[in-house]
Amino acid sequence: MKLADSLTAILILAICQIWLIADQSAAMQGINSAIRLMTPLLLACLAGLYSERAGVFDIGLEGKMLMAAFTAASVAFVTGSAWLGLIAGIAGAMAMSLVHGVASITFRGNQLISGVALNFLAAGLTVLIGQNAFSLGGRTPPLQGDARFQPITLPFAPELREVPLIGPLYSQLLSGHTILVYVALLAVPVTWWVLFRTRFGLRLRAVGENPASVDTAGISVTRLRFTAVMICGLLTGIAGAYLATGLSAGFVKDMTAGRGFIALAALIFAKWRPWQALFATFLFGLLEAIANLYPNLDLGLFTVPSQFMNALPYILTVIILAGFVGRAIPPRAGGEPYVKER
Amino acid sequence: MAAPGDMTGGRPDAAAPAAIELRGISKAFGPVQANRDISLSVPKGTIHGIIGENGAGKSTLMSILYGFYKPDEGEILVNGQPINIADSQTAIRAGIGMVFQHFKLVQNFTVLENIILGVEDGALLRPSLSKARGVLKRLAAEYQLNVDPDEVIENLSVGHQQRVEILKALYRQADILILDEPTGVLTPAEADHLFRILEGLRDEGKTIILITHKLREIMEITDNVSVMRRGEMVASVRTAETSPEELAELMVGRKVLLNVSKAPARPAAPVLEVRDLTMVDADGVERLRQVSFDIRAGEILGIAGVSGNGQTQLLEILGGYPEKGARVSGEVRMNGAALPLSGRGCDSRQRRRDGIGHIPEDRQVEGLIMDFAAWENVAFGWHDAPEFSKGALMDNDAIRRDAQAKMERFDVRPRDCHLAARNFSGGNQQKIVVAREIERNPDLLLIGQPTRGVDIGAIEFIHKRIVELRDAGKAILLVSVELDEILSLSDRVAVMFDGRIMGERLPGQTTTGELGLLMAGITDTENTPDSAGIPPGVTQDALPEGSA
Repeated sequence: MKLADSLTAILILAICQIWLIADQSAAMQGINSAIRLMTPLLLACLAGLYSERAGVFDIGLEGKMLMAAFTAASVAFVTGSAWLGLIAGIAGAMAMSLVHGVASITFRGNQLISGVALNFLAAGLTVLIGQNAFSLGGRTPPLQGDARFQPITLPFAPELREVPLIGPLYSQLLSGHTILVYVALLAVPVTWWVLFRTRFGLRLRAVGENPASVDTAGISVTRLRFTAVMICGLLTGIAGAYLATGLSAGFVKDMTAGRGFIALAALIFAKWRPWQALFATFLFGLLEAIANLYPNLDLGLFTVPSQFMNALPYILTVIILAGFVGRAIPPRAGGEPYVKER
Repeated sequence: MAAPGDMTGGRPDAAAPAAIELRGISKAFGPVQANRDISLSVPKGTIHGIIGENGAGKSTLMSILYGFYKPDEGEILVNGQPINIADSQTAIRAGIGMVFQHFKLVQNFTVLENIILGVEDGALLRPSLSKARGVLKRLAAEYQLNVDPDEVIENLSVGHQQRVEILKALYRQADILILDEPTGVLTPAEADHLFRILEGLRDEGKTIILITHKLREIMEITDNVSVMRRGEMVASVRTAETSPEELAELMVGRKVLLNVSKAPARPAAPVLEVRDLTMVDADGVERLRQVSFDIRAGEILGIAGVSGNGQTQLLEILGGYPEKGARVSGEVRMNGAALPLSGRGCDSRQRRRDGIGHIPEDRQVEGLIMDFAAWENVAFGWHDAPEFSKGALMDNDAIRRDAQAKMERFDVRPRDCHLAARNFSGGNQQKIVVAREIERNPDLLLIGQPTRGVDIGAIEFIHKRIVELRDAGKAILLVSVELDEILSLSDRVAVMFDGRIMGERLPGQTTTGELGLLMAGITDTENTPDSAGIPPGVTQDALPEGSA
């Protein structure tokens, strides 16, 4: 974790720098924005965590999110309800999950190929149907009012605003996000609890490490893995719906912009653990937020070009995937379809 | 009852129904009849051995008992009650526990987590874990099955992992315990401990089915024994009323020479001279300490010892591929010329050119590429030989013809050189490796564990070929953890312990007891035979019969 530590240190330095050269409210704004940008990454990362902990690799997170973003935006536009949009988003992603499950669990196909296929399918299908339905070049019409998730103010946020330290943290950072942001944040402890404190979690982890141990204990490997893959669909569905009806106002072609892959990188960075996933995705969210806030970051000595700032999350992804963050051991049975031995 | 497998067994309580009774079980996988009309009765509170060659159908039969397969025909009775074992869950509920040859443990889980997996008491783990902790304590006290409940599996030795498997079965309240080749991965000391545990379990009234192909284990621990051959149950007898020779004959269907018949060796000039060979591995641990020996043309030097005492390192250095980061010193001469022990010229390719053949210890990792066809595997190491080449290209037809001929001569079955190595049984895989190495007629043949996981028929065959090579005037270094193999094949026996050669003996002039002491690191000066200093695992009765 040496490199991860130094990355964190650099990041903290950067934040301090911003704090000094800009002002406190700008820093607040940056972190606030980071939390919003982190949300889809975090949800997708946790989605991948369930699937991969159960031994089913999923590089189709991107496609599922994209599909969910599209179905959520479409239904939200037609019905005018963000909640119906959310349900549609979840349904869209879970349908993709089902395909992935059938291909890679039931028919023991290659999980990577199935994932890649789903990514292509989502990229093409969303634009095709979008163009057919709305004739806006693959976009959905912009969403307004109840068709989007609105920020909610947490209780006592205005009252606590003036309290030193806690006030700004609670009122400005935590409060004022859409409900899906809180769902994502809550999903972290819930995932940890499910994974390490429940029977389902024990079996889920076991089936990703050694499916034979689960099979000989008389538990169905297929059912367990399907459950995990469907949970993955549920979470990517929420992530996609958030992208289209929370973070922005409608669906745009390829709007996931590689977030599914960044989530995968974060998952490796987090070594398949929920709390670390929160940290990893926050890091990515922060980089994205900084790039948005300071397209031309002036560090005093030199100015960082905007292209570099925008590329930061992807550069970090490459660094992580290249294995510079210490040894990340994936679940041992990951990627392997389970075949009963003689 | 007069079923073919009916026995009252070595233990009393004949009136009670048998713990397990099988009637006319048949199972086919496609055209292969794995089990044919098998009947078996295992009385309660006995240890019942099932012996047979690899592929005789033992494991299939037990998988049927454990609900992995549905039999095509036949009936299973547990404690006199007919039962339909549709899945493992049913088998577990019926009180059947299984310890597989390859453990079904989650490596990064703790012992406790592995034990409760699948039999948790509720949706939350905490109550199950604390209950299991209590039960485990009781079981540990009752059966000497001590394991730290909070240790992670990958930190445990193989012997301890096996205990966890047994504990798993007992936690599921198994009354009938099936063990599939339990000693294949154990050191002699661990195997000895396992047998004591099994005896304890039997004395508590548990029924144990032991699947093995080691005659010694059957004779030592079982009350009754059933023999399987080619999917059929050919005999069920009381262990006390049979002999290893009879069982071996039943297994292969013909007389087997357990002791290899060979003429006295006629050793000539030394082929390999090893002087003060010392090796320190990357972690700074001394693996070999001033090892010195000679092997002459026309003799077999056997190296006995408990595995992990430097034999592997010795073979790797002589084979030309010492462990990464290891420092090797000393001198090795082959036909008078010094062999480089590190750097340039120290590779297995050069060693082959120097006339050294090598049958490595782990055929699946070092001896074969499991996904490659047999003909490719037969050519490895010699794939660039002139007779296999057409200019810069390989002459695959020539290689295949050669492979087919070698498979013919070494009776590799099935005789299909296009089949991937992993599709052959253990014995036939080993024959492929042996054929490749012996047919090249090396001056020196290094052999590591030639018959590990190999059935009796193939063992006999491989032993014969090794002796033939010796009689052709070649030098052979044989490393094996099987003492009976060492004693029946070798012309001289050296014992290794902790990286040292403890001493050399002539097979005819030593006893297993004496070798056992050497294997345990007790040197000649302290050696007083029949002393109480014999450590567990190398006690006289744990050593192979017929070799003392």
